[in-house]
Amino acid sequence: MGNKNNKVFDPEFVKQEMIKKYPAKVARKRAKGIVVNKIEGEDKVVPEIQANVRTIPGIITQRGCCYAGCKGVVLGPTRDILNLTHGPIGCGFYSWLTRRNQTKPETETSENYMPYCFSTDMQDEDIVFGGEKKLKQAIREAMEIFKPKAIGIFSTCPVGLIGDDVHAVARDMREEFPGTNIFGFSCEGYKGVTQSAGHHIANNELYKHIIGENDTPLDAKFKVNMLGEYNIGGDAFEIERMFNESGLTLNSSFSGNSSYDQFARAHTADLDVVMCHRSINYMAEMLEAKFGIPWFKVNFIGAKDSAKSMRKIAKYFDDKELTAKIEAFIEKEMAEVEKVRLDVIKRTEGKTAALFVGGSRAHHYQELFKELGMKTISSGYEFGHRDDYEGRKVLDTIKVDADSRNIEELTIEKDEARYKARKSEAELDALKSDKDFEMNDYVGLMPDSEEGSLIIDDISHYETEKLLEICKPDIFCAGIKEKYVVQKWGVPLKQLHSYDYGGPYAGFKGAINFYKEIDRMLSSKVWADIKAPWEQSPELVAKYAFNN
Amino acid sequence: MLLRHTPKEIKERTALRVNPAKTCQPVGAMYASLGINKCLPHSHGSQGCCAYHRSVLTRHYKDPIMAGTSSFTEGASVFGGQANLLQAIDNIFTIYEPDVIAVHSTCLSETIGDDMNQIAAKAKEDGKIPEGKFVIHASTPSYVGSHVTGFANMTKSMALQFAQKTGIKEDHVNVIPGYVEPSDMKEIKRLLKEMKVKNIMFPDTSHVVNAPMTGKYKMYPDGGVTVDELMETGDSSFTFALGQWASEDAAKGLDAKFSIPFDVLDLPIGYKATDRFIESLRKNAGVTVPDSITVERGQLMDVIADMQQYLYQKKVALVGDPDQMIALTEFIVSLGMIPAYVITGTPGKKFEEKIKQITKDVPYEVKVKAEGDMFMLHQWIKNDPVDLLMGNTYLKYIARDEDIPLVRFGFPILDRIGHSYFPTVGYMGALRLVEKILERLMDRYDRDISEEKFELVM
Repeated sequence: MGNKNNKVFDPEFVKQEMIKKYPAKVARKRAKGIVVNKIEGEDKVVPEIQANVRTIPGIITQRGCCYAGCKGVVLGPTRDILNLTHGPIGCGFYSWLTRRNQTKPETETSENYMPYCFSTDMQDEDIVFGGEKKLKQAIREAMEIFKPKAIGIFSTCPVGLIGDDVHAVARDMREEFPGTNIFGFSCEGYKGVTQSAGHHIANNELYKHIIGENDTPLDAKFKVNMLGEYNIGGDAFEIERMFNESGLTLNSSFSGNSSYDQFARAHTADLDVVMCHRSINYMAEMLEAKFGIPWFKVNFIGAKDSAKSMRKIAKYFDDKELTAKIEAFIEKEMAEVEKVRLDVIKRTEGKTAALFVGGSRAHHYQELFKELGMKTISSGYEFGHRDDYEGRKVLDTIKVDADSRNIEELTIEKDEARYKARKSEAELDALKSDKDFEMNDYVGLMPDSEEGSLIIDDISHYETEKLLEICKPDIFCAGIKEKYVVQKWGVPLKQLHSYDYGGPYAGFKGAINFYKEIDRMLSSKVWADIKAPWEQSPELVAKYAFNN
Repeated sequence: MLLRHTPKEIKERTALRVNPAKTCQPVGAMYASLGINKCLPHSHGSQGCCAYHRSVLTRHYKDPIMAGTSSFTEGASVFGGQANLLQAIDNIFTIYEPDVIAVHSTCLSETIGDDMNQIAAKAKEDGKIPEGKFVIHASTPSYVGSHVTGFANMTKSMALQFAQKTGIKEDHVNVIPGYVEPSDMKEIKRLLKEMKVKNIMFPDTSHVVNAPMTGKYKMYPDGGVTVDELMETGDSSFTFALGQWASEDAAKGLDAKFSIPFDVLDLPIGYKATDRFIESLRKNAGVTVPDSITVERGQLMDVIADMQQYLYQKKVALVGDPDQMIALTEFIVSLGMIPAYVITGTPGKKFEEKIKQITKDVPYEVKVKAEGDMFMLHQWIKNDPVDLLMGNTYLKYIARDEDIPLVRFGFPILDRIGHSYFPTVGYMGALRLVEKILERLMDRYDRDISEEKFELVM
């Protein structure tokens, strides 16, 4: 693997450089989270990576907290639940409109609280004497002014410490305001080791309080729930367009461009497809166990994978007319995509990328780079677990540590009245035994990544700097905190949390957008002009002029 | 409508905060810490705080914002965060090699009662702080005050935990610039240089959060007040504290400890506040005002006089931090405009009194609120609209819904550039503010006026 400087990329050397400076204990721990990728055999066995463990204090991590994963990621994109942060003002303030979840209310008067920030703005007396009274009063005021159909209460760090019981408050308030669904989330920032804990808690409470509220199914065929798609930059809009144009019905979205009603009828779908495995696999499993909705993994990032995912859905429904419609749609879309791709690839082929983002995007976006003829030399997640790296086949071997044990694991029982088999046992068995179909499975990032690329979990600031210094990839993909660090090195950074205020990048139209965006970033003149002429070779030029 | 649920009818709220006009202490402390040369701010709490603060500061400055975190888990929250902080200090000095780690607390570590003074002492005792390196700390509970309070607390800590008195009176003074932009700090330094006032300014974020692109990332850019300078603040002959909310505590602390007289001034936004700053420098630093400054002032007054007709009695809604709002309101009044609504999210009854006093002769019933929020401001606007909005980026939602022009001012500005490089303090900063206000008002006039009345020359 090479880059523009024709340096040989030696992943083991890079790894050693990354941990060399660390104190011995830190180096030992970090070494387990930095793995040279190796894919063996037909089962695509990959080395074990350390993931979803505590960040070492002082290491400079990009990770966030449980609250961010719960309120920000999973519930943030739902427009008609009034999200009330119970805590001091900061948490509510920072999660106010900063994640770019786009939403499109049904009508001009439909409920949409996303442009608002609601908080109990706890003061020191609330910390000393307890904040439940203020929380109740805040809910009363929210009811008086906004009359929402639902209120979610999100706990911040001090709430758990002082013993405020948000679930008890929610119960009392439901009694006081029948007709409004009020529920709490114990998503204090210190829970778990990353935002991933918050995803799990969000899944649990949605499941307990909203799923199954409305038994009236949509009068439509091929009803699909889209799980783990958050409509950053309009991704969910593009996927919905693809569904609509190819004969599928979006039943419910978790949770990009979502609404309360969608969650309430989620259990009436014919199929669950999962985009971000990390944040939402809990919901897929719960919906299957309780209501009998089968699920499988899809990826709508990259044109090829989008087509593959559409075909997977066609195969699942096994309907001639639908399959024909999907095939015709793919053909039409791919023609457009290829036109742009073949132009852009002339300038991108052979370039290198590094991706450090999320719990699935560092995997998904490698597909887009492959389509542009680019190699991903290093990648990793911020909050992924081992199964997101190595695949669900390792689930049974993951040790549950103290930090994970604190997150509630719901016991799901079959809903005898509403459980409905969507497929016969034989049909399901056939899908499950088809290896390429990957029913109820996620293969993980590593089996799909380059052999010999460097996989780094929870990359630290120091490791990022070393990677840039030694490998200098042509493009770096990460988040806002890394963006300007990387660009100071003269390497363009594409934000793959917020998309740098662009997008959509999902689906076919999204692939075109992404090709053009990478083309722009790699072709930009600014990187070549960073140095002033006199900085480039000052003495040499001066001497030459003098001697002549 | 974006803010479609904001009703015109105002109902009293005592517990529900909607669309805040403030954020929490730690982010202000983190920003202040960045104003120390070779300093790594450190957030003693869970990871999310640090991630959120770094993110908002990065979005505001579009520059790297580095900070460490104690990465609390549930265990640390139960048993205390001492082990986490000690380990963090050790790792940071080994890996990132700053001269100073500036630790601020969070609501989490404050609620469980971690004593940072004791932990820092223990770090020293255990040999985790290398020779010539320092750990300073500030208590910044998120449930008290606002980001401005956090800035003030860290500013006080950096002065009092470094300052020493050698007994030799130096001819320099301390200048605390307040919670302002790096461009403003640079402009204040330029004014001091013009006035020939030898000074130590702290914090100083210029050239730290607006660092140049060089092709090589520098974790500690060249800006910031140095540790040596901070130590010398104890020998200064006077302290100029700009902005009561952000700077008074540090000035008072230095006076209490080292008997350094001080003057708490408004932020030098607008010509009146700048006049008072220059006058105080003249009196308390014993310098004369050079002609160059008088010329700058004259140029500003010239523009204001020329453009009066476009400003006179235009109604403005203002939202932001108390120090900024006080000086800006005074400037708006002196421009002949009406500061119809003035809101800060930061607590402090003094704020309302001060704004009332500044606006007592304004021919309009000015509404002012400390501990207010943007939801309330929006409701006021719905009941009686204004010609212009001034405040942070969140106001753009009101601006669009109500079709009112917006001048971005304050923190955070997430969608435009300029604040890192072009100051709003001093006479030149005031000129920039006037330019921005006129640009918005006159563009709006040009957009709305009928074709037959459309003007070439204005």
